[in-house]
Amino acid sequence: MDAILTQYIDAYYLRIIILIGINIILALGLNIITGVTGQLSMGHAGFMSIGAYTAAILTMKFGLPFWMALLAGASLAAFFGFLIGIPTLRLEGDYLAMVTIGFAEIIRVFFLNFEPGGKAVGLYGMPQHTTFTIVWVLVIIVILLNAKLLESRTGRAFYAIRENEIAAQASGINTTRFKVLAFTVGSFLGGLGGGLYAHYMSYIAPQDFAFMKSIEILNMVVLGGMGSIPGTILGTIILTIAPEMLRIVADYRLLFYGALLVILMIFRPNGLLGDIRIYDIRKRWFNRGVN
Amino acid sequence: MFLEQFLNGLTLGSTYALIALGYTMVYGIIQLINFAHGEIYMFGAFAGLLLVTVAGVNLFVALIGAMLFCMLLGMLVERIAYRPLRGKSTRLSALISAIGVSIFLSTLMALLRGTNTTRYPDIIHRHTYTIGSIEISSLQIIILVVAALLMIGLELLIQRTRIGKAMRACSQDLEASALMGINVNRVISATFAIGSSLAAAGGVMVGIYYNAVWPYMGTMAGLKAFAAAVLGGIGSIPGAMIGGLTLGVMEIMGVAYLSSSYKDAIAFAILILVLIIRPQGIMGKKQVKKV
Amino acid sequence: MEILQMEGITLEFGGLRALDSVDLTINAGQIFGIIGPNGAGKTTLFNIITGIYVPVEGTISFRGQDMQGVTAYKAAGLGIGRTFQNIRLFNKLSVIDNVRVGSHAINRSNFISDLLGLPRAWREEKIILARARQLLEMVGLYSKRHEYADNLSYGEQRRLEIARALAMNPALLLLDEPAAGMNSSEKVELMDLIYQIREEFNLTILLVEHDMNLVMQICERIAVLNYGRIIAEGTPDEIKTNEAVISSYLGAQA
Repeated sequence: MDAILTQYIDAYYLRIIILIGINIILALGLNIITGVTGQLSMGHAGFMSIGAYTAAILTMKFGLPFWMALLAGASLAAFFGFLIGIPTLRLEGDYLAMVTIGFAEIIRVFFLNFEPGGKAVGLYGMPQHTTFTIVWVLVIIVILLNAKLLESRTGRAFYAIRENEIAAQASGINTTRFKVLAFTVGSFLGGLGGGLYAHYMSYIAPQDFAFMKSIEILNMVVLGGMGSIPGTILGTIILTIAPEMLRIVADYRLLFYGALLVILMIFRPNGLLGDIRIYDIRKRWFNRGVN
Repeated sequence: MFLEQFLNGLTLGSTYALIALGYTMVYGIIQLINFAHGEIYMFGAFAGLLLVTVAGVNLFVALIGAMLFCMLLGMLVERIAYRPLRGKSTRLSALISAIGVSIFLSTLMALLRGTNTTRYPDIIHRHTYTIGSIEISSLQIIILVVAALLMIGLELLIQRTRIGKAMRACSQDLEASALMGINVNRVISATFAIGSSLAAAGGVMVGIYYNAVWPYMGTMAGLKAFAAAVLGGIGSIPGAMIGGLTLGVMEIMGVAYLSSSYKDAIAFAILILVLIIRPQGIMGKKQVKKV
Repeated sequence: MEILQMEGITLEFGGLRALDSVDLTINAGQIFGIIGPNGAGKTTLFNIITGIYVPVEGTISFRGQDMQGVTAYKAAGLGIGRTFQNIRLFNKLSVIDNVRVGSHAINRSNFISDLLGLPRAWREEKIILARARQLLEMVGLYSKRHEYADNLSYGEQRRLEIARALAMNPALLLLDEPAAGMNSSEKVELMDLIYQIREEFNLTILLVEHDMNLVMQICERIAVLNYGRIIAEGTPDEIKTNEAVISSYLGAQA
């Protein structure tokens, strides 16, 4: 499929499209945690790195098939997401954000010292298993599952926690359990994205998963409109393409990015699509919707 | 040996404390984690460097100059990036705006000065004094004394002046303070001004102590100082002082007795432990939520 | 038959004794009122019943079951529903979704069923939806079911909170100042609604209110709270003529 595509599309654009796909998976994962459930997670890159390194080591050093390595990486990331979720019992808001930052930093330092991971040099030579097809099939599956989840009882519980945690508890929601669940699911997707990333770039190093990366993913979720699947997708597309387009200004790229964030927050603090959910789009387009 | 390491820890810790104070004061008053604070610290270091190399002034003039410069810079940042968001948007938007400023400032410096490390010229005549079995350098003495004076000065300001009283009132209840006729905007500006000038002092002293400044020095120092503020109890000024000193000592001790490659992780491990065991920090009070 | 029994309930916030040795027994099917000056501890009492605060002393039992260690979400699961003094709706959720969340406690579908759309989830969703519609019709908000909750008027929001609390099929319903901010005709509607839900759902209702007319009309028994203590308990007539109550709260009759 990729071979066919490269005949029609320039390799450069193909690369961007694949990266958009990977980023959508990462961002949708973070969306569940932060956008939907309202738990500010600023260490998503940590989950990504766990998925990336695990999958890469499994394929390169243990010869595991790609899909198995991906699954293992995502599952391990989910396990750590589960661990991170536990402090949510006692913490919330800014405090929780701090824990997530601390966690991601510790992971990064760990990989800097991790022998099998190549320490600071990183891992290279991963076979490029990630193709356009694989990425976008996964993207579609992830979007569909996300939509299903968010319209269900579980999804409503997530949103309720974000909106008013006390009222959510009064409605019978075990908020800690659901927050941990959100972290687990979100980090699974983070690890999945990481594994795909590793086998596309064929090279990963700890600095690829630094604080900045977490912020980039967070911005994709926030820009589009928190909690909204179409919003997250839109935000991801824009923020994946923008740095590429800003290559013209090369060195000044980050300058614009920083200023862009400030300006966006001042003028559209709720993101571009606000709180529109797939439910709303369906309702508007087809003039129906739930009941 | 132990005492020397302890002293090294206190020295490093003093600089953390100076930065942490800015974080804690801003958080105490507007509940914002000012991610750009680390960049203010960095700008302070560079401002001092500039004054010393270009204007050829001595340390203390450079210190004051850097502090004044950052005072203005901090106020400017607040005015442009935070004030428009106050009361109108979620905490997350303000946080992202702060991150945008952080990216902007660090990139700006990188563009102005390149990403390499610059050395501070030797402007302090380094003596090493021996007290008993301990060796302490004149530089360390200067840092400890300056930091102590600044912190005492801050305490006096907070406790004995009108603006200090206004700051305390605002950190308790911003709305009520406004209703009592306090010019809240001015108090917030003053908070940023003071916090930024202290960070600048920290920056200059770190620059001299470690003989190095570079545009991204603010990121790590900022995160660590933030951890220190949380450790001491975010929002508490004595807490920031204690937290900073404690973190500095723990980091130096950790490096000396455990491992140096995990140096950065120590701060974050402490952060996470504190947040899990005692989220309100050393000096903080347990918040009972009013339902 | 007692549905809620509290004995010696004491709660402290630092140095402040918010509740002091409160004894209270509520019988099934009653409409029971709790009145008292602001800061007397009425909402605090609710928070204890619903498991948000933990008393330092005393026992509570609900339907014969000891409530020690029962946290907030579990209290809901046991059949205690509530509304809040300062309205706590899910603002960015639709009206009907607010009510559907209310049904969370009586639902058994889990994450996997939800994710994969298994039959069990699907069946329960239909039940939840039907119940939500029914409740919205009862409170007169069906036509606004797709609006965001924070777009509703104040009175409508209070009614929505009640609908949400009812969605869990509670045995005991706690209403915290449900009439606050309502005009007289809305209050009449509210009273009718309270009678209606008591009949239809076989509920016990515990009510905190400041509107004395409403309380005296609708409540069968009333307890008066002041500075964390129960200073009187009885029928509306008994309370109206109680000396201690008059001097501390009601004011002498002209």
